[in-house]
Amino acid sequence: MFDFIARRLISIIPVLAVVAVFVFLMLRLTPGDPAAVIAGDNATSDQIAMIREKLGLTLPIWQQFGIWISDILRGNFGESFFFKKTVAELIAQRIEPTLALSVCTLIFAVSVAVPIGVLAAYRQGTLFDRFVMGFSVVGFSVPGFVIGYCLIYVFAIQLGWLPVQGYVRIGVDFGGFLIRMILPSITLSVGFIALIARITRASVLEVLNEDYIRTARAKGLSNRVVLMRHALRNAAVPILTVIGLGIAILIGGAVVTESVFGLPGLGRLTVEAVLSRDFPTIQTVILLFSVVYVVVNLLIDISYTIFDPRIRY
Amino acid sequence: MSAITPEVVVDSASIAAASTKRKSLWRLALRNSNVIVGGSILLVMVIIAILAPFLGTVDPTRIDPAMRNKKPDTVLTYKLEDGTPATRTAIMGTDSLGRDVYSRVLYGTRVSLAIGISVALCAIAIGVVIGLVSGYVRWADGIIMRIMDGLMAIPGILLAIALVSIWRAGLITVIFAIVVPDVPRVVRLVRSIVLTVREEPYVEGAISVGTPTWTLMFRHILPNTVAPLIVQGTFIAAAAILAEAALSFLGIGIPPEIPSWGNIMAEGRTLFRVFPHNILYPGIFLAITVLAINIVGDGLRDTLDPKMSKKV
Repeated sequence: MFDFIARRLISIIPVLAVVAVFVFLMLRLTPGDPAAVIAGDNATSDQIAMIREKLGLTLPIWQQFGIWISDILRGNFGESFFFKKTVAELIAQRIEPTLALSVCTLIFAVSVAVPIGVLAAYRQGTLFDRFVMGFSVVGFSVPGFVIGYCLIYVFAIQLGWLPVQGYVRIGVDFGGFLIRMILPSITLSVGFIALIARITRASVLEVLNEDYIRTARAKGLSNRVVLMRHALRNAAVPILTVIGLGIAILIGGAVVTESVFGLPGLGRLTVEAVLSRDFPTIQTVILLFSVVYVVVNLLIDISYTIFDPRIRY
Repeated sequence: MSAITPEVVVDSASIAAASTKRKSLWRLALRNSNVIVGGSILLVMVIIAILAPFLGTVDPTRIDPAMRNKKPDTVLTYKLEDGTPATRTAIMGTDSLGRDVYSRVLYGTRVSLAIGISVALCAIAIGVVIGLVSGYVRWADGIIMRIMDGLMAIPGILLAIALVSIWRAGLITVIFAIVVPDVPRVVRLVRSIVLTVREEPYVEGAISVGTPTWTLMFRHILPNTVAPLIVQGTFIAAAAILAEAALSFLGIGIPPEIPSWGNIMAEGRTLFRVFPHNILYPGIFLAITVLAINIVGDGLRDTLDPKMSKKV
């Protein structure tokens, strides 16, 4: 087991190394002097010279990479000249809405998608099953921002039940925070629910043909116990895998959803950074999201043994 | 001479078998109800894209300050170039610069379909070459797959945003930025097929009679990837259209002069509360198009690639 965890940990090193090289090269691939690009349009020549010194731009490129990566590993992500803050401060300031949105979406999506997926498999071929499958195709096809605006139009503008946009910090007003999380979480959940429900249905269907399900039924266990304990647990590995892979959709969707609902999170920050060509911030956000994505999937890989004791490493 | 003869025999036999099999598969695919329904919708979209100038549209970029922010079905009066007054009904209203939303949405169909098709073709072309090399050239495999794993670790839309930020927005850069995140998926698919097919007796047979590597790859191995790649291609096209819309919506995609569905929606954002039509109409077109492609993809997968359809 520990052997396996160690092996998996080592295996993510080359992946993250490729990500790091890409993020590092980003700035070098832009046309123009990287120092001038970082400093922005209003920088003085002194500032540019200072940045050039700091990045070691006169050194060979592999030494520049060494300087950059050792800074990153020590938590020094550089300075955003556009926002006039260090990137670390900027991220700390913007991380809460994104984290809150992702957690709410994950909870909502999984608690909706898994039951409807199981039920669709159990009632394969019925109207409900076809409805779920139809929904999953539609859910993949309608872009998040269209869903978001439709929800805003109906529930915020026409009915006036929920606020249109904005964000309240958890610590400031928890009720206000929850109310403002409802529409963004539903918006972001749609694609995710489509994905998870589809895989849940498929993997539960596969398990339902197994001998032990027949045995469980023959023992006289209730449908609920058979479905939840015997079928779902055995179908858990592909479901977990797709939830992990879906984190990429979640991150991409967060960028769009935050823009629709005016949430001051990391996704919004990414867009602002791209529009103002603030490279230290873009680089750090991409690095951060990729690390989160890789680590979440690593944890899911490791968790397989908990759900399926037949898997031994 | 004796080395060549058996090759010709093996070759023609396998190709003939493959082509009849393929033909019947295509016939099967065209009878699939999903392919028919989705294909018909797509055909309508293609016709709209081609005939956009003849469907009662005006210049989608023409700004008319007097006619800004009109709700759908407003009758607009304007003067023709020779000065005679004329009226036309803006069935989808106008945007905040007075441009006709109906014309913009119809012309936007061109951009979206072009993006979908070109991204799918580019991603497959690049992915096939890298995948063939990776599956066939053993020493390159490790390096290539590590790079692909690394690229896949960056969430797709984020990678596209990063690439756009490097090159600045433009049609070609947006296409390329959407292609790059899709390439690793194609590479993995092609590589996995190459790895299974290269152990097949007919490939070993071809090797044993001295078939050059390139012939082997393109005539014996590549045809096996066609069906799965077509299925994959439809899903890439659907995702690409969504990605372009998302990028343009965020203001970092196609330049605002070119009417694309994402651009129209981006411009409709500020006045959404009063004039929701700017987001509604392009949104409907976008959703229907992507839905149609996905439905076709599902149908093709069921018929062309039964192994995969069992999995999902």
